[in-house]
Amino acid sequence: MNSLLDVIIIGSGPAGLTAAIYTTRAALKTLVIAGEKWGGQLQLTSLVENFPGFPEGIEGPELMVNMRKQAEHHGAEIKEVNFTSGDFTKRPFVINAGETTYQAQAVILASGADARWLGVKGEAEKIGKGVSSCATCDSMFFRNKNVFVVGGGDSAMEEALVLAKVANSVTVIHRRDAFRASEIMQSRAKEEPKITFLFNSEIVEVKGEMRVESALVKNSQTGEVKDMPMDGIFVAIGHIPNTKNYQGIELDPEGYIKVQDHYKTNIEGVFTAGDVHDRSYRQAITAAGFGAAAALEAQRWLSTEGKVTEFKAN
Amino acid sequence: MADIIFTDQNFEEEVLKSDVPVIIDFWAPWCAPCRVVGPIVDDLAKEFSGKVKVGKMNVDENQQTAGNFGIMSIPTVLYFKKGQPVDSVVGAQSKEVIKQKMENLLQA
Repeated sequence: MNSLLDVIIIGSGPAGLTAAIYTTRAALKTLVIAGEKWGGQLQLTSLVENFPGFPEGIEGPELMVNMRKQAEHHGAEIKEVNFTSGDFTKRPFVINAGETTYQAQAVILASGADARWLGVKGEAEKIGKGVSSCATCDSMFFRNKNVFVVGGGDSAMEEALVLAKVANSVTVIHRRDAFRASEIMQSRAKEEPKITFLFNSEIVEVKGEMRVESALVKNSQTGEVKDMPMDGIFVAIGHIPNTKNYQGIELDPEGYIKVQDHYKTNIEGVFTAGDVHDRSYRQAITAAGFGAAAALEAQRWLSTEGKVTEFKAN
Repeated sequence: MADIIFTDQNFEEEVLKSDVPVIIDFWAPWCAPCRVVGPIVDDLAKEFSGKVKVGKMNVDENQQTAGNFGIMSIPTVLYFKKGQPVDSVVGAQSKEVIKQKMENLLQA
């Protein structure tokens, strides 16, 4: 059992690392459980154009390296180990990560979300064999091929536009009768002649021997199932919050942390920030903002509880 | 850095005829998840130095090899033993996953 920490932060995306910058600057002894794949979803993006302070944009991984350096500069300890479980039913809170058990007075849950797959028959074994979640990574392998993009949001439109540059045809397939993507992204996709749209339809099975050869597509209105030949399937259907093994923490039916006042969980002393609770904005800058708020509230709570003797005003 | 750069030209000599097992990180400069796997592979090159030959192949410059092995997604790590591909890891996976398969490669 390790010594008692002031704050443990679960997650190392913009929310977790911003929280760490704030808690360490407040002289709170802070540990970040970063995960073996640290840095969150921005590690998997290319140019980020909407994070203020970078007029020409900044590469996602570079932004995360900078945030990490800034947190470490102020004294945050960052461990690249995976979170396994946390018990929030008693104080101090107990966190298991890697091979070690840690204890903390306060915890900030900023564990984010991961890309969601379709979860249909044949999909898992074809990931990397025609099933992908990253058009910018993989579009070159689909030159003059025919591909599906699954989803109806901005990221689905982006994937379709990237693929349209090289593929023979791109079919955007969506289970509803309308997209939720922004007007600008929808109209860009609709203006691209290689992109066609298939509404009220979902893939129910991925087929093929060595690689994707076709998909069974079900029309949700008629119930009709068609076997459609296809070389690739790009999945862009949103995210799943990482909230496994948070003992004592209330979640909503979809697994997001139930948040109050933008930063509180149902347990006093356990705060939350970023995509793990935020189903509305999901931006790097809002995650960072929520991270700062959660850290300030954790600091305030620790001082009112009398847990922190040394209090440094910033 | 994993200092071995595999190419379509040196693939047969460096990979197929290698005495020790080989792992190849297929990547490209414009692939963001490749930047997650790259440093992991660099670390593993050091840890397994002398036991496993660890290197990288740029799929932009070496489309023939990537095509021959049916690579359709990067990053992909391919594991070779006695010139045969025996295992693979697709996508930005953790160091633990990539390392475990290297250990399997040495044991089998």
